Amino acid sequence: MKIHEYQGKEILREFSVPTPRGMACFSVDEAVAAAKQLGGSVWVVKAQIHAGGRGKGGGVKVAKSLDEVRLYAGQILGMHLVTHQTGSQGQVVRRLLVEEGAQITKEFYVGMVVDRASQRVALLASSEGGMEIEEVAKHSPEKIHTVRIDPLAGLADSEAAAVARAIGIPEAVSADAVKIFQGLYRAFVGKDAMLAEINPLVLTADNRVLALDAKFNFDSNALYRHPEIVALRDLDEEDPAEIEASKFDLSYISLDGDIGCLVNGAGLAMATMDIIKLYDGSPANFLDVGGGATAEKVTEAFKLMLKNPHLRAILVNIFGGIMKCDVIAEGVVAAAREVHLKVPLVVRLEGTNVDLGKKILADSGLPIISGNDMADAAQKVVAAAKG
Amino acid sequence: MSILINKNTKVITQGMTGKVGQFHTFHCKNYANGANCFVAGVNPKKAGEDFEGIPVYATVKDAKAATGATVSVIYVPPSGAAAAIDEAVDAELDLVICITEGIPVHDMLKTRYRMQGKKTLLIGPNCPGLITPDEIKIGIMPGHIHKKGRIGVVSRSGTLTYEAVGQLSALGYGQSSCVGIGGDPINGMKHIDVMKLFNDDPDTDAVIMVGEIGGSDEEECARWIKGNMNKPVVGFIAGVTAPPGKRMGHAGAIISGGQGGANEKLAVMEESGIHITRNPADMGRVMQKLLKG
Repeated sequence: MKIHEYQGKEILREFSVPTPRGMACFSVDEAVAAAKQLGGSVWVVKAQIHAGGRGKGGGVKVAKSLDEVRLYAGQILGMHLVTHQTGSQGQVVRRLLVEEGAQITKEFYVGMVVDRASQRVALLASSEGGMEIEEVAKHSPEKIHTVRIDPLAGLADSEAAAVARAIGIPEAVSADAVKIFQGLYRAFVGKDAMLAEINPLVLTADNRVLALDAKFNFDSNALYRHPEIVALRDLDEEDPAEIEASKFDLSYISLDGDIGCLVNGAGLAMATMDIIKLYDGSPANFLDVGGGATAEKVTEAFKLMLKNPHLRAILVNIFGGIMKCDVIAEGVVAAAREVHLKVPLVVRLEGTNVDLGKKILADSGLPIISGNDMADAAQKVVAAAKG
Repeated sequence: MSILINKNTKVITQGMTGKVGQFHTFHCKNYANGANCFVAGVNPKKAGEDFEGIPVYATVKDAKAATGATVSVIYVPPSGAAAAIDEAVDAELDLVICITEGIPVHDMLKTRYRMQGKKTLLIGPNCPGLITPDEIKIGIMPGHIHKKGRIGVVSRSGTLTYEAVGQLSALGYGQSSCVGIGGDPINGMKHIDVMKLFNDDPDTDAVIMVGEIGGSDEEECARWIKGNMNKPVVGFIAGVTAPPGKRMGHAGAIISGGQGGANEKLAVMEESGIHITRNPADMGRVMQKLLKG
């Protein structure tokens, strides 16, 4: 689960990581009032959306007067901010962060991830602040310094200081950097994060080390023990279809194509998308109904797919293990009737009670196209979508 | 022969008395030699009771002492599942299979750290388990699609494993053992660990390896295969069409930081001599072609 920058900075401050002073605003007037309250003569007006790359898209502006704060806040609020992470539609900006300006003398990158290979939390740091870490990794990997943290000992002072030195943080503020790295680690573990980034971490003209940005992604499997993180969820930033799906415990992701897929199991669901593509079709979604799907869940899954105006055909691909094919078939028939299905439907069933399942589909009187195996079903659905 | 488990394996079920545990224990017990294999359950509050004639003990240690079991399977809910693994490791079992889906990653980080230097192997979490056809089934896979034979299967996904198995069985090729290693980012045995066992198993002639986007386990396994494997391997990777940054159901199935893409994995696998297919419906046929020469 992702959160906004201003929320991430609140978490950082809770763990003694200093940030510029700032306030979240939902209107132009609030933005101007916030700037007044913060004082000073330079402010940064920042669009709050979950996607990265906001600056390049015009979502971050430096204001040198209250009039400029008003102007920029007006421009940014409500804009469709397009970045490399939003897709071509962009994301509507509904919230702003107004912050005191900082005189930056140097920028760094600090990140934390769960490193699969070492099965540790890894601290990544680089002198190349402000850039995307993927780019740095590609072009100058020697500039990324990594510490794989011992979960028992935590991030040791000496390790943190060595990283600070390696990325060029001046000796005079090294102790501050150590506190920041350790605070970030405590936040990362304490809040069950999967990813955290401070990009950039900056050194200011008055020799302070500040987190100028904050990005967090939390483990959705651990949210049950973090109601305070769940409270930060902003549904405006999420795909309505994916929100609807999560209510029914369905795993759904919207894609660009026109063939809806309903599958049990994440791996088979991906493979189903792949085989559709292989036969020159284009999947409209990833949809995993999970191991224990009921007729009700299947109906909801159909409703979800049918909300997509581009949908031209549906492929149901079920390999019944725990899930029995007859139960799925009953669900498919009930769903097709309830939603008055207008697009062609191809069903491939395999596994437990497969013959019973196929009989239910055949006896339903519905124009369901039966797929003998995965390849046959994929070819049939691609043909149906084109027809 | 087979890998990891056979008809003589004695199994403890942690979380046997819950709804999921009962359902699968029933089916495992009724598969092949299951009635002799599933010898104990664990529930601290129900020690002394039984399920389907299988006695319940308070702890894994007690269950091991009473039955001589060396393997456990876990159906404990996510919030307590990592602790259940810890308990099995502390009891010095040989192998723990964790079926549970949705364990917090930070719990698994701590558990894997505790496992360092211990003898216990872990399969999963978030996996279907493993099966040696006609001998023993430990997990949630449908037993009837399997057939005894000489092909090994290793996979991160559940239903996609069934797909590979179903294709093999339909073509008349049975399986020596099938191992689902699970879809989580922090887990126990990887493709490479299972592949080494298949390479050493005299009753395995060839292996189907099924991977998916995320991480670099398949690449690591492929590089090992290149220099060491003396049996043919067929490979498929799910997620060629998956967009970067989106988690595809499994917590581990995500292309992030420019790593873990399906095409990159397939390229490394092909370069390593694995017979790859981009068509998930063709895994069985590619294997058939290889074996017929």
